[in-house]
Amino acid sequence: MTNATISIATPADITGATALSALKFITCGSVDDGKSTLIGRLLVDTKAVLQDHLAGVQRQGETDLALLTDGLSAEREQGITIDVAYRYFNTEDRKFIIGDAPGHEQYTRNMVTAASSADAAVVLVDATKLDWKNAALELLPQTRRHSLLCNLLRVPSIVFAVNKLDAVEDSTLAFANISGALRKFATAAGIPVEAIVPVSALKGWNVVEAGHADLPDWCGYSGPTLLQILEQLPGTPAEVDQPFAFPVQWVEKFSSSADTSQGRRVFWGRVATGAVQPGQEIRILPSGQTATVAQVLDHARRPGNVSASHSAGIVLDREVDVSRGDWLLASGNFEAQRELSATVAWLDDEPLVAGRVYWALHGHRWVKAKVKRIVHRLNINTLAEEDATELPPNAIGHVELALQEPIATLPYLQSRSLGALVLVDTASNKTAGAVLVR
Amino acid sequence: MNALTDHAVLQSAEHHLSNAHLDALEEETIFILREVAAVFERPTLLFSGGKDSLVLLKCAEKAFGVGRIPYPLLMIDTGHNFHEVTDFRDFRAKELGAELIVRNVEDSMKRGTVRLAHPGESRNVHQSVTLLEAIEEFRFDALIGGARRDEEKARAKERIFSHRDSFGQWQPKAQRPELWTLFNTRLQPGEHFRVFPISNWTELDVWQYIERENIALPSLYYTHKREVVERKGLLVPVTELTPLKAGETAEQRDVRFRTVGDITCTCPVESFAATPGDVVIETLAADVSERGATRMDDKTSEASMEKRKKDGYF
Repeated sequence: MTNATISIATPADITGATALSALKFITCGSVDDGKSTLIGRLLVDTKAVLQDHLAGVQRQGETDLALLTDGLSAEREQGITIDVAYRYFNTEDRKFIIGDAPGHEQYTRNMVTAASSADAAVVLVDATKLDWKNAALELLPQTRRHSLLCNLLRVPSIVFAVNKLDAVEDSTLAFANISGALRKFATAAGIPVEAIVPVSALKGWNVVEAGHADLPDWCGYSGPTLLQILEQLPGTPAEVDQPFAFPVQWVEKFSSSADTSQGRRVFWGRVATGAVQPGQEIRILPSGQTATVAQVLDHARRPGNVSASHSAGIVLDREVDVSRGDWLLASGNFEAQRELSATVAWLDDEPLVAGRVYWALHGHRWVKAKVKRIVHRLNINTLAEEDATELPPNAIGHVELALQEPIATLPYLQSRSLGALVLVDTASNKTAGAVLVR
Repeated sequence: MNALTDHAVLQSAEHHLSNAHLDALEEETIFILREVAAVFERPTLLFSGGKDSLVLLKCAEKAFGVGRIPYPLLMIDTGHNFHEVTDFRDFRAKELGAELIVRNVEDSMKRGTVRLAHPGESRNVHQSVTLLEAIEEFRFDALIGGARRDEEKARAKERIFSHRDSFGQWQPKAQRPELWTLFNTRLQPGEHFRVFPISNWTELDVWQYIERENIALPSLYYTHKREVVERKGLLVPVTELTPLKAGETAEQRDVRFRTVGDITCTCPVESFAATPGDVVIETLAADVSERGATRMDDKTSEASMEKRKKDGYF
């Protein structure tokens, strides 16, 4: 397999379609790289588009695939994607949820929204916009920015799809040079690449159907189609290997119940890391009290053991003060801290300013967070760390935060749920930043 | 929708779609329902008696325990609903022991806050006014609804926790980023949230869940004989509100409703499906969307849903 860094399992490695959960993937990349067209192509060629929707996107007898997803009038007026559209389709082997993310730098926040819950990202690269004859070609800034953000957010699989290769004179050379540039950039940025695949979203080559009949070795590529790759990608693994951590979402009281045997309170939430079963010792943050788990209910109130990413109802063996926002933690494993060193993806139109106080949300806990210092700002073109006093919209930087109350975190690289916070502007209530604990 | 689907062919295709993903959808929905209960002071669940809101209620029963749903149910009644649906709504609310609040578009018309352009105009779009009046009356800060992203292009763009300003307006260009499951639910006075716990369900998921959980639905969802007239490819039910036009003749057809909204803009499809299992098979074979097959009001313009949502529509 030349020109592709395929590291995915072959069909024989997979025990059966039922072993794979639904795959939530996003498409990203620069504006006009053909993301909406690619999604339209996936939907049409997997027969997921219904007749009335298809009829709605015919223009002078031609089907404009991009119109299938650009659903806002402002998007149609401007011919761009502003916000994420979620689309659903099935193949015989798998169920898919697509987040069609915008390419415009101005709407990076919406791309980050889609990436934060994605199992995979397809980063589209437009071959016609690059100096494809040149082996040392430069990638577009949005390709770099989106790849960096996907990797930063730990999207488990990143696939590059080199699009519009039907529109260049020498598609084999173009694919070779662009793949080379992508690999070079990914290596420098530490981004693991699942696959690089040549496609023509417009013509439908290598998206659902392989190449095309006359050119079986189109672009010098003989690997799987984009859909075949997606069908085999893993889902996001649950964080079961960490010690138990549980943010309390909702406290159920039985004071109004006539059933006195149900006198205790049930603490509901989603297990962030590890697992929980009766008999387990836990410590409550921030109070520091300890207790033993008396009973565990699953999300639908059946008794059982519950592990990371699933909802649980926990009853403790004694009356202790626990409210929404508190954490139940495996005792002895976590230290709460008032200072955080973090990577921030800044999403608000107002820049992040050193010295300002924001609201921070961690699990279900709100704390005030002050930006003590901006350590550096990442130059997405050179990957250099530069000095900065503020982070403009869509910048990525490294900051130090001081918290009003201590919280227990893990590095985001170790745990998405314990290592992630959002910053909210205290005046506008806008969600302003994605915080990844370093 | 193909009415006379080859069941044998479809049944062989059905095994490919496993039921397991329903567990994940159910769990996500329950998580969101609990979040609303925990965060908001005066939430309400919009309950029409339709299939999506019945699925929501089933999840709420699992989230909070039978008979313990911690918010009232709210219905905005255009006065043009099928009685089979409103009867079922009342029956189900009573069975659950839930508080049911009904507010009527007719009352808004009496108050003069809703003015029809002509007496025959659909009241569907005017629900927004009555809804916003109910929000003000009860000072609701969160309205849970059974909308799904697969229904319509504007819906596909909406967040699960969708912020609305004090005019109830959705601002698609200024949606809050929704990162991981860290929902920013902070509000200014007068603002509220619309919350969509079944955003990620499709029509097929809903029917598979109805089948799996044995959820009772109004009879209109299954095959029955009905007087209809064909207009622009839609089967329009012949009722007092939607009478025959000059020169038209009614036909008796075997039909069911895929969606059960306002009579003046909801159409049935031809079908012999008598059980949830039959509907699942039909849905797998459907080649027209739920709204495309059934809604007259969405056809007015490309962006009619988006426009209505900006005006405060659900």
